[in-house]
Amino acid sequence: MKANHETPPFMKANQETPLLFRKHRAEEWIGRIYTTFCVALLIVIIVSIVYFVASKGVSTFAVNGVSLSGFLFGQNWQPDSDKFGALPFIFGSFVTSLLAAVIASPLSVCAALFMTEITPNWGKKVLQPVVELLAGIPSVVYGFIGLSVLVPFLRSVFPGQGIGVAAGSIVLSIMILPTITSIATDALASLPRNLKEASYGLGATRWQTISGVVIPTVLPSILTGVVLGMARAFGEALAVQMVIGNAPHIPSSLFESASTLTSVITLNMSNTVMGSVQNNALWSMALILLLMTFVFVLVVRLLERRTKI
Amino acid sequence: MTDILRTEELKIYYGQNEAVKGVDLTFTENSVTALIGPSGCGKSTFLRALNRMNDEIPGSRMTGNIWIDGKNINAPDTDVTVLRQNIGMVWQRPNPFYKSIYANIAFGPKYHGVRNKAELDNIVEDSLRKAALWDEVKDRLHTSALSLSGGQQQRLCIARALSVQPKILLLDEPASALDPVSTAKIEETILQLKEQLCIVIVTHNMQQAARISGHTAYFYMGRLVEYDKTEKIFTNPSDPMTQEYISGRFG
Repeated sequence: MKANHETPPFMKANQETPLLFRKHRAEEWIGRIYTTFCVALLIVIIVSIVYFVASKGVSTFAVNGVSLSGFLFGQNWQPDSDKFGALPFIFGSFVTSLLAAVIASPLSVCAALFMTEITPNWGKKVLQPVVELLAGIPSVVYGFIGLSVLVPFLRSVFPGQGIGVAAGSIVLSIMILPTITSIATDALASLPRNLKEASYGLGATRWQTISGVVIPTVLPSILTGVVLGMARAFGEALAVQMVIGNAPHIPSSLFESASTLTSVITLNMSNTVMGSVQNNALWSMALILLLMTFVFVLVVRLLERRTKI
Repeated sequence: MTDILRTEELKIYYGQNEAVKGVDLTFTENSVTALIGPSGCGKSTFLRALNRMNDEIPGSRMTGNIWIDGKNINAPDTDVTVLRQNIGMVWQRPNPFYKSIYANIAFGPKYHGVRNKAELDNIVEDSLRKAALWDEVKDRLHTSALSLSGGQQQRLCIARALSVQPKILLLDEPASALDPVSTAKIEETILQLKEQLCIVIVTHNMQQAARISGHTAYFYMGRLVEYDKTEKIFTNPSDPMTQEYISGRFG
């Protein structure tokens, strides 16, 4: 059937109607233009940040002639004598965030299980807000508490000065607890109830149901939480810098000082001149952080795809 | 036919609300009993009481007796895991685990102590055959159960319930989310299972109740209004309320 674009007779009589249409059309366009503008701005900002970090970071190798493999695998960091081995920092970042995830994940998943499976009412009303509160505490506070409580404790119990990889990892693990917990809680709460009933209906106990049905079903979502937690730990600078000791070498024990990419950047950025090789080397580390963030986002995307079977 | 399950003065509360107001019913071996009635009449709640599934709902309480094998299962010391092994259940919406077809069936037996691979294989095949699904899935036992159609998933759920060798099977509107062809297959399966089991089925579909059940119980507002042979209920009910419901004048 051919579309009829003529105004039907019953509308022609009413003079208000065409005006009304025009008015709404303007609204539609204003909304569209406004949202498009916001998105465009966002894209421009992201692209320029990536471009800026990448161009600065690459110029260490392209302009200043530092070798890429020497940067990635060199263990000697002496910017004043032109030695730019960033491996200790890369190592420090990976080890602290991995350890933080290893410490935080079991705690978070168990806390989430408690909140959703054991005491759903109390969990939702009291525990979840408390956990969210934990996420809102500024990182400098975590670092401060770590420095004044955790470090002296570690010093009195373990060998060494207290500051070091262990202190950094523990502070980070507490910081990422809320991230993993709230994602795991959401995943567990959205699990269809009849799936649990099916398990109970076969005579499985609560723990058999949790370990055999609940956890396996929401595992991809829990892993998403863990990866996001690791991403946060990887990017956290201040709190780690306060407790890790900032020694530019690969530590041989958990209680030895070390550095992370972020702590080195924050400590040194004000001591270098923009455009100098020392400054560019810091940008190269920022580039590594950025690339790792992309990797984390990619992993989360892959996990999400797996959830939708 | 021997009685296998009996309820006496069974009352079920959700908080202050009395959902089932004292029901006495007896179920026999190798039979299909249909529970019918309008929505909210308590038939599903009653069904879920029989394997203590209401325990999982916060705020629900139950008084009265449920006798099975000479034991009152509405007692605090009842081991619900053993009880539920004896009384299987299938829900309205197919709820397969997010696992393979094989793992879905093997789930229950594994928790009840079957470890032997050959024995598990036997149970899986046997259960799937009983649920009339074996021929459709035998070549893809290790693919995801979610790749099956809705009707197949529901028969998988029946097979899963059968995997722990229950004596009684509770079906909570098992075909209401399915198309007519799948429904017919489920009904056929139920009639075959009747040879070995006591089946209690909640249904909104009156024709279905007439087709598959030997006895029918009509529930209204938490009470058992009438219980009799299905033939009698559908041709000559003694209670005028039942008459009104089955003739479609309300509900």
